[in-house]
Amino acid sequence: MLLEIKNLHANVGNTEILKGIDLKVGLGEVHAIMGPNGSGKSTLAQVLAGRDVYKVTEGEVLYGGKDLLELDPEFRAREGIFLAFQYPVEIPGVNNTYFLRAALNAARKHRGEEELDAMDFLTHIREKIKLLEMDETLMNRPVNEGFSGGEKKRNEILQMAVLEPKLAIMDETDSGLDIDALRIVASGVNSLRGKERSIIVVTHYQRLLNYIVPDFVHVLSNGRIVKSGSKELALELEEKGYSWLDETVPVSERA
Amino acid sequence: MAIALKESEDFYLKDFREFEDRQAATAPAWLSKLRSEGMQAFAELGFPTTKLEDWKYCNVSPVAGVRFVPAPYELTDKIRKQVKELPFAGLDCTRMVFVNGHYAEELSSVRDLPEGARITNMARALTQEGAVTAHLGRYAKHRRHPFVALNTAFVEDGAFIELPKGVAIEKPIGIIYVSAGGTEPWVAHPRNLVIAAQGSQATVVETYLGIDGGVYFNNAVTEIVAEENAHIDYVKFQDESESAFHVATMLAYAARNAAAVTNSIQLGARLGREEVTTVLDGEGAEAYLYGLYVTNGRQLLDNHTAIDHAQPHCSSREFYKGILDGKSTAVFNGKILVRKDAQKTDSKQSDKNLLLSEDATINTKPQLEIFADDVKCTHGATIGQIDPESIFYLRARGIGLEEARKLLIEAFASEIVDHVKFEPLRKQLKSALLAKMRS
Ligand SMILES: Nc1ncnc2c1ncn2[C@@H]1O[C@H](COP(=O)(O)OP(=O)(O)O)[C@@H](O)[C@H]1O
Ligand SMILES: [Mg+2]
Repeated sequence: MLLEIKNLHANVGNTEILKGIDLKVGLGEVHAIMGPNGSGKSTLAQVLAGRDVYKVTEGEVLYGGKDLLELDPEFRAREGIFLAFQYPVEIPGVNNTYFLRAALNAARKHRGEEELDAMDFLTHIREKIKLLEMDETLMNRPVNEGFSGGEKKRNEILQMAVLEPKLAIMDETDSGLDIDALRIVASGVNSLRGKERSIIVVTHYQRLLNYIVPDFVHVLSNGRIVKSGSKELALELEEKGYSWLDETVPVSERA
Repeated sequence: MAIALKESEDFYLKDFREFEDRQAATAPAWLSKLRSEGMQAFAELGFPTTKLEDWKYCNVSPVAGVRFVPAPYELTDKIRKQVKELPFAGLDCTRMVFVNGHYAEELSSVRDLPEGARITNMARALTQEGAVTAHLGRYAKHRRHPFVALNTAFVEDGAFIELPKGVAIEKPIGIIYVSAGGTEPWVAHPRNLVIAAQGSQATVVETYLGIDGGVYFNNAVTEIVAEENAHIDYVKFQDESESAFHVATMLAYAARNAAAVTNSIQLGARLGREEVTTVLDGEGAEAYLYGLYVTNGRQLLDNHTAIDHAQPHCSSREFYKGILDGKSTAVFNGKILVRKDAQKTDSKQSDKNLLLSEDATINTKPQLEIFADDVKCTHGATIGQIDPESIFYLRARGIGLEEARKLLIEAFASEIVDHVKFEPLRKQLKSALLAKMRS
């Protein structure tokens, strides 16, 4: 098991947002997490990446059998966890290429591999840029600054392709993408699928799952996973809407 | 000259008398007169106190309280060696090097000048007829400003640059003041004059580097004249020793369609005060004022800028940034004067500060005085910390916390340093910045 989340509770301030999540992700599996706005999808993704505004109050997360929650975010990343942000951050003054090389070299150093110099790095990323049909000039600009919504998402996926994580968590990567861009991004992601890599796809809509077909689908509602199933569950949700879930909420929780 | 001086200022008068006597044989009459005016004005003005609005946050009593001797010229082998190792010495450009305010010809390199251009040290220029007579002291107001007055009284050496019509010099011209503290605190009064005739272009870099610690005081004045259509890019880089005092007053004057770009980067000194005044005195003139101040420990760095829109259809862009750490204090005061006839003025000002410590203090103040009605003026000041979202984004990509902080601070600074066009110079500035931030 690559990732095991057990009874995970997390707060922002005094407000509990995750209310006991259980999830197991095996190596090579693709899991989709769906759910209405505000159900806690991004919170879960950020907690896994190590964002400290969320305080874990109960439960545990094992990654490769080891306690994930005690690791600082940079060590999680170097150990192969990658979060594609729902809202990638603009960082004026930091060059995109420089940033990505620093990220890759941090992981390489951690693994005891040689760091790549600027030339080798460019060779290394050129093909991936092409695959994602990304505008190369974006690489010479500050990280995400002034990028369109779609460009930001592509930049996230480029980072993922370059860093080759063991566990990729993609938070609403489809939002803000037109259909062509969606296809390109999805094929980029699919090319990274393999038995050595697990992916968690967080999405509000079923649309993305037509392109990145998941092995499992989970529905998050009000800080809990209320339903799990195969890819057909996504279609059912699409058809019936999230209000259908209300009926699945345990009786004790109903107002 | 009958002058009543406060005790602490008295030795300046005594030194002035001696200086006058020494210079008597060689100084032309106009220069003796100018120096006397300077001394007279300083005697009347005295050192400023914090009661004056312009000096409210800048207490110069530590400067006023020290008995400084005139800067000694000692070019030792040690200094020679240190100067050769300075990163700036490696740039293949025209450079004038000064040691403790005195021109060091053997360390300087002035060659391959275009026809009609003059680049020489002020001490020599003062003995020759020419533009210096017409321009020196015309822009910097010694009658009103005590430190300019003091500088004018003791004006002796510095850099003189004169560009003839239509000439463009591509590589930057370096003016490097190397200061080595000695056994006694010393004071120097560097005086620079840049005259860019019609349509000429150059980049000038005035650098102050402290190499041996010690208490000393550089009181510099720089006058820049950009005639019609001239373009002057002026970088001032201050990296004095940590116990040094640095006061610099810079005046840039831009005629019709001329552009005066100043970029002032202040890192060093225990107390640093830098004034930049740009006068837009012809239609279509442009001013760009960039500035960066980086403070830590108990440093005080004060930036006072003024843009005088004296004519219509001029534009000014002013971007300053500060990075403050430790128990340091920084000041930004940005005055923009739009005179009655200066219609269609287009002016933008901003001062952004990054506070790295809760004990650091920034006093930032725009000061707009607008007497014309058809103008566009905007200004803004911000004070903030390092953005935690940015930090997390970098860490989530494997970049360590310390590295992430450094990267963001550098990025903040680079928005100013990137306006330095000449790449080798920009690189040198960045590495000096990094060195300071690591200290
Ligand atoms: N940093 C935060 N501060 C305050 N409330 C937050 C914060 N992050 C998330 N929340 C709240 O937690 C709930 C879940 O948010 P989120 O995880 O972003 O949902 P989703 O991604 O499923 O739309 C929402 O009610 C949201 O307002
Ligand atoms: Mg979300």
